[in-house]
Amino acid sequence: MKGSRKASVLPGFGLSLGFTVLYLSLIVIIPLASVLIKTAGMSFSEFWAAVTNARVLAAYKLSFLTAFFAAAVNAVFGLLVAWVLVRYRFPGKRLIDSIVDLPFALPTAVAGIALTSIYAPTGWVGSLLEPLGLKIAYTPIGITIALVFIGLPFVVRTVQPVLQDLDKDVEEAAVMLGAYRWRTFRRVILPELIPPLLTGFALAFARGIGEYGSVVFISGNMPMRTEIAPLLIMTKLEQFDYAGATAIALVMLVISFSLLLLINYMQWRYSRRVQAG
Amino acid sequence: MAGAIHAHLSDAASDRPAHATESRGVRIALITAALLFLALIILLPLISVIVEALSQGWRVYVESITEKDALSALRLTLITAAIAVPLNTVFGIAAAWAIAKFKFRGKNVLITLIDLPFAVSPVISGLIFVLLFGAQGLLGPWLAAHDIKIIFALPGIVLATIFVTFPFVARELIPLMQTQGVQEEEAAATLGAKGWQIFWRVTLPNIKWGLLYGIILCNARAMGEFGAVSVVSGHIRGQTNTLPLHVEILYNEYQFTASFAVASLLVLLALVTLVVKAIVEWKSEQRSAGSEGGTG
Amino acid sequence: MRIEVRNVTKRFGSLKAVDNVSFTIEEGKLIGLLGPSGGGKSTLLRMLAGLETPDEGDIILDGKRVNDVPPQKRGIGFVFQNYALFRHMTVFDNIAFGLEVKKAKKNEIRERVNELLKLVGLEAIGNRYPHQLSGGQRQRVAFARALAPRPSLLLLDEPFAAIDAKVRKELRTWLKEMIEQIGITSIFVTHDQDEAVEVADEMLIFSNGRLEQQGSPLEIYRHPRTPFVASFIGESRVLQHPERLIGFEEAVSQGGKSAIIRPEFVEVGLQRELSYPLSAQRGIVRQSFFRGAHLELEVDVEGNRLIAYRSLDREPLEPGAEVLVFIHRLYVLDGSSAVLVENPLKTDPMPVHI
Repeated sequence: MKGSRKASVLPGFGLSLGFTVLYLSLIVIIPLASVLIKTAGMSFSEFWAAVTNARVLAAYKLSFLTAFFAAAVNAVFGLLVAWVLVRYRFPGKRLIDSIVDLPFALPTAVAGIALTSIYAPTGWVGSLLEPLGLKIAYTPIGITIALVFIGLPFVVRTVQPVLQDLDKDVEEAAVMLGAYRWRTFRRVILPELIPPLLTGFALAFARGIGEYGSVVFISGNMPMRTEIAPLLIMTKLEQFDYAGATAIALVMLVISFSLLLLINYMQWRYSRRVQAG
Repeated sequence: MAGAIHAHLSDAASDRPAHATESRGVRIALITAALLFLALIILLPLISVIVEALSQGWRVYVESITEKDALSALRLTLITAAIAVPLNTVFGIAAAWAIAKFKFRGKNVLITLIDLPFAVSPVISGLIFVLLFGAQGLLGPWLAAHDIKIIFALPGIVLATIFVTFPFVARELIPLMQTQGVQEEEAAATLGAKGWQIFWRVTLPNIKWGLLYGIILCNARAMGEFGAVSVVSGHIRGQTNTLPLHVEILYNEYQFTASFAVASLLVLLALVTLVVKAIVEWKSEQRSAGSEGGTG
Repeated sequence: MRIEVRNVTKRFGSLKAVDNVSFTIEEGKLIGLLGPSGGGKSTLLRMLAGLETPDEGDIILDGKRVNDVPPQKRGIGFVFQNYALFRHMTVFDNIAFGLEVKKAKKNEIRERVNELLKLVGLEAIGNRYPHQLSGGQRQRVAFARALAPRPSLLLLDEPFAAIDAKVRKELRTWLKEMIEQIGITSIFVTHDQDEAVEVADEMLIFSNGRLEQQGSPLEIYRHPRTPFVASFIGESRVLQHPERLIGFEEAVSQGGKSAIIRPEFVEVGLQRELSYPLSAQRGIVRQSFFRGAHLELEVDVEGNRLIAYRSLDREPLEPGAEVLVFIHRLYVLDGSSAVLVENPLKTDPMPVHI
């Protein structure tokens, strides 16, 4: 085999790699394979019917659209938050920086009930908006807001390190050539931030598609209207429609894995460019 | 996605001369906008949990969290974490050791596999175990014949939790150990140290803060996992309900205050996690500001 | 552009990076700011550019006080040590940047950029990205970019520090030719003496934030006015016991005075080789080094360690050899000034009396 194995100097290669592969197989690969096995047991027409009926399509559409918009909102505001944290000084900055991680550390169910209670018609924000005719809870808007909560740290934390390490020289060069802040931001700084923004967007998007706990309370779960795909899977399981649940799961898995590959590819491309530059 | 989400705030980047930063008015506007956004999206939910939990007074709060089913939910959560976290820690260390200290083909595939649970919806994470071990699952008949219960029992919950949380320790350790390289370990080996000695005395001190953070994060997610556990648990009160599931049950029964009271325990857990993260970052900043790669 | 700096001081914390500096630079000159690291040269350069603000004093460009004028409006081109090229823009777009800011028309921009690409010899690579270029090429792009908007002043901050030694010399010569061809007032910062001497019309020597001396390279070399300049320029050495050198006993006799000598002031050889053998004194060769173009000798004269050069045409001298040494001149320093003292015993060895 190629590669210089340093196993001769450092011990434990066989043991550590062996254990790792075993663990992965038992916990990850075999269980995931069960999805394939189960769907393999279905005929293609069964499969197709399961994944394309109206209710399922509505659920996909809802999950994707809300995740997309939430990730887009996070891209804009996540950039804003990262910018403010890296470039400015203000009291309590360190505290605020820690809070950005809260959605990452907080159990999804807790986030779910908290968001619902705030945006329900009787809630703190919901009651303010109701007289204006704006409903948030039990609508796709509510779902989107929950996904904004979930996805924010992904954008902020991918943009922050890049922003921090930006070369000061380049901004000064733009200044000496006559550029003021907006032009410098637009033509010199922003292009550098596009790669991490895209990565953060993709991460938030991937997370949003599959999100369950924080969304299932605020969505109201009305089929065809506010029923997200993960909930649909859950419902089918409760009805013992394993085939249907698995078929939907397979489609979602394929999309999620594609996103994962895309994200890894983008990160690899970015690190190559940075090294070459 | 290999590589943890870390950021350090440096004051150097914030000290900017006039020509390299926005005017005062713009700065204040942007800071205000950012803070308002954060307050609305993040702080508000956080505060609402505490307010709602205490809305009927301290006594009701205490009753809610010491009620029988709440306590058994807490017990189940703790037991699950106590099994899942150490297992995942061992895995994380083994995987990081293999990946960081050796060269072999397929490393990238391995790293991508480790990231998989992040790309899988929690509900699907539970589904796969139902497909494998459920009554109608692939191993269902065999388990029934031997009277082994996995789904709707503790083992199923533990398995689902392990699946969802196993990347955390590994993702913390892999980039950390990759950055640290193999030199110190090799030096120890040439001085005659054996495998475990090398690990305990050379590697472990170097990775202790990253390891701690990975464990804390893994633990927070293990205790807080909802979707996957919801699928495999069967929601049997007093027996197969974890803390997050109990929160859901109370909420669906309109026992809002009790629901938030139990939820507040999980909020506390999240806050502790954030504090530990801040400490770990501070410590590792100190480290890189000080010596090159010394122990401690 | 004519530049006048009056009593400028800049502090960072309690440290004075620039300490009450004043000087004038005439239009069209190529000026080198030379001095050891931390001497304040870069800070001064950045203050001229507007990237730093003086705490005290005035900066006057073409008769106008510009302390409060933002860098964007000063009409100054700046070349950075690490090029600072916009890495996601092509070479063409980099150079065009300053022109786009001025809202020039597309065809004007194209003309001007092509003109500059030709000037710096990079016509073929307008479409490449910075990471595809070598260090020397990147610096030439940076140069072209700074010149595109036709500035009246060009500032260069250690422009060759990040470049390989071999390429550096070529680039240095190229730069001097370019600047002379264009005729723009230019100021560059360097800590490399050879570079400053070779490129600059005029040099300003800085140390610890103070301006030590201003003048042409030749003038500074031959007539250093402060102790720092005398010891910094050339291969100068401080003498341990200058009063023991024949001819200079009185010059350094007063307390507090020290002396500096350069190899070219020292003549070493056998009796028949010296110009003034009667006024020479004995010395012993301690070390002998081959330096390619000549021999370098370390000679001990009454406890003074002197460096001298010896031509390869002459018989080589080995360590331990006894030689005669004649000191033509040296610098006497008294704390605030440096005086060149010629050896008074430079007389005809054999006056003929008939």
